Amino acid sequence: MPLFKKRLIKLSKRSVPDGLWTKCPECKEMFYKKELDDGLKVCSKCGYHFLINSKERIELITDSATFEEHNADLYSGDPLQFKDSKTYPERQKASFLKTGLLDAVVTGVAQINGVKTALAVMDFGFMGGSMGAVVGEKITRMIEHATEKKLPLIIVSSSGGARMQESTLSLMQMAKTCAALERYQKQNHLFISILTHPTTGGTTASFAMLGDIIIAEPGAMIGFAGARVIKQTIAQDLPKDFQSAEFLLEHGFLDLIVSRLDLKKKLSLLLHLFEKK
Amino acid sequence: MTILEFEKPIVELEQKIEELKKVSLKGNVDVSEELETLKEKALQLKKEIYGALTPWQKVQIARHPDRPYTLDYIKMMMEDFTELHGDRYFADDQALIGGVARFMGEPVMVIGHQKGLDTKENLKRNFGCANPEGYRKALRLMKLAERFEMPLFCFIDTPGAYPGLGAEERGQAEAIAVNLREMMGIKTRIVVVVIGEGGSGGALGIGVGDQIFMLENSYYSVISPEGCSAILWKDPKKTQDAANALRLTAEDLKKNNLIDDIIAEPLGGGHKNMELMAITLRDNLAESLEQLGKLSIDKLLKERYNKFRKMGVFFEGGITPYGVEKPKEEPNSEDKKKVNNPLPVS
Repeated sequence: MPLFKKRLIKLSKRSVPDGLWTKCPECKEMFYKKELDDGLKVCSKCGYHFLINSKERIELITDSATFEEHNADLYSGDPLQFKDSKTYPERQKASFLKTGLLDAVVTGVAQINGVKTALAVMDFGFMGGSMGAVVGEKITRMIEHATEKKLPLIIVSSSGGARMQESTLSLMQMAKTCAALERYQKQNHLFISILTHPTTGGTTASFAMLGDIIIAEPGAMIGFAGARVIKQTIAQDLPKDFQSAEFLLEHGFLDLIVSRLDLKKKLSLLLHLFEKK
Repeated sequence: MTILEFEKPIVELEQKIEELKKVSLKGNVDVSEELETLKEKALQLKKEIYGALTPWQKVQIARHPDRPYTLDYIKMMMEDFTELHGDRYFADDQALIGGVARFMGEPVMVIGHQKGLDTKENLKRNFGCANPEGYRKALRLMKLAERFEMPLFCFIDTPGAYPGLGAEERGQAEAIAVNLREMMGIKTRIVVVVIGEGGSGGALGIGVGDQIFMLENSYYSVISPEGCSAILWKDPKKTQDAANALRLTAEDLKKNNLIDDIIAEPLGGGHKNMELMAITLRDNLAESLEQLGKLSIDKLLKERYNKFRKMGVFFEGGITPYGVEKPKEEPNSEDKKKVNNPLPVS
């Protein structure tokens, strides 16, 4: 039986050529992959925002060839020798092979319509964008760099929260990043936090919610606790748009919802408005 | 008195001792020698069992319903306690309480999670799971303490911040995040003690300070063993494995340089001798305040920053644990050199 099952899966996989066509999970429209890429991975029919990786995000919001990466060589060890069904290094390796990244954030400095900006972009592809010591350290260094160089700061979040494999070591990254923001924001530089699908847990409950301006992508899921846990705890159904960007805007926790197609334009406008003389 | 599974052999032996005492009271036989042996044996057994607790057993002690809570410690260690209520925006959260009191003669502000003593009270106290208004009240009291230069004590004892609909609507994440940022700049001495459960962000939301202690049988974790086993093992019964893997005991946190010290508990846990527990805690807090009092506010805040700045383990350059070689970046500009400097910007 198991053998048969395996073959079936293989066959069905082969029957749909991988990577040519993509179906919009929202309106079920089929897209030619190239067409979707050209449209910044936004569904041209319903506006659904597909996940994009850190590289695509940086290309999307910065001026061409201005991004200079910082601290690219940081990586995590396995400080707690964490093992569930797989070891932590095994999971890191799988994520590295998938993304080419050493951890779940890329940081650096770039121009956005000519404004030099410190940038941190999380990558959901690496262990669900979870925050361990490397993510915490790289973001903290970027905030410190922005403080020292008096630069505006943009952090793009896309994260399942703190990384369980580093337990309390990852929990404390919440305090570490917020500590750096305390110093940064005292000096009156602008911090724009961009929340993309999904932003949850310890990431939401630290730097992501501290933006002077908080922007989300349409339909992004943003929250603290998981919807399933909440539903179990309160034993009642949740509103349909619960923890969506629209829900957060309505409850006063976002400044703006901005489509990916307009994101760079809006960022550049804000950066210029808040530019210090 | 709730008895935990692994305590049963001790309880059985203690029952035997009680029975024997009854026999001796009747006066027919002299059992004093036998009684002494049994008592000695019981003490030995306690030392054996409580001296080698597994992480999961410690979690159970940390959650023990007889364990002293924030209000118990306040009552035993302080005078003139006046609870202050409400966040001034929405409600008064009874899962996270606070107020002013006199500690060793000195006015202090004290904040802590509070669980209920029975089911009825627990419904009111939400089992120690705070809502956003709890964290906002805590921040209000911290700022008040700052203005009056009162030292601040934070007692952590929560399974986690409350996962509820209202909590999300009112910004649980925002409330915790703001506390993390603001506590870093509060210009007064802050001493944090994990007295029971240190449940993730809900614990850390009042957990930034100058000295951080954990009671011997408390735990501090990014996720509960139950939650972790359900997610990573896909089996809610693997709580023991998860508790081991999460390195959540006081000893683990000390080893990973995340806390300053461990405060010893009476044999078997704080609830076995509450008074002794309170005296030990009081002495530690007093000593901590005295040490921190020697620092200027400037120095205090710098050290608070550096304490959290150093947390976490990572590498730069070399070979990753899964065999990818990443040579250390050569700082190619003045810019880069400063970025790679591990010292915080002051």
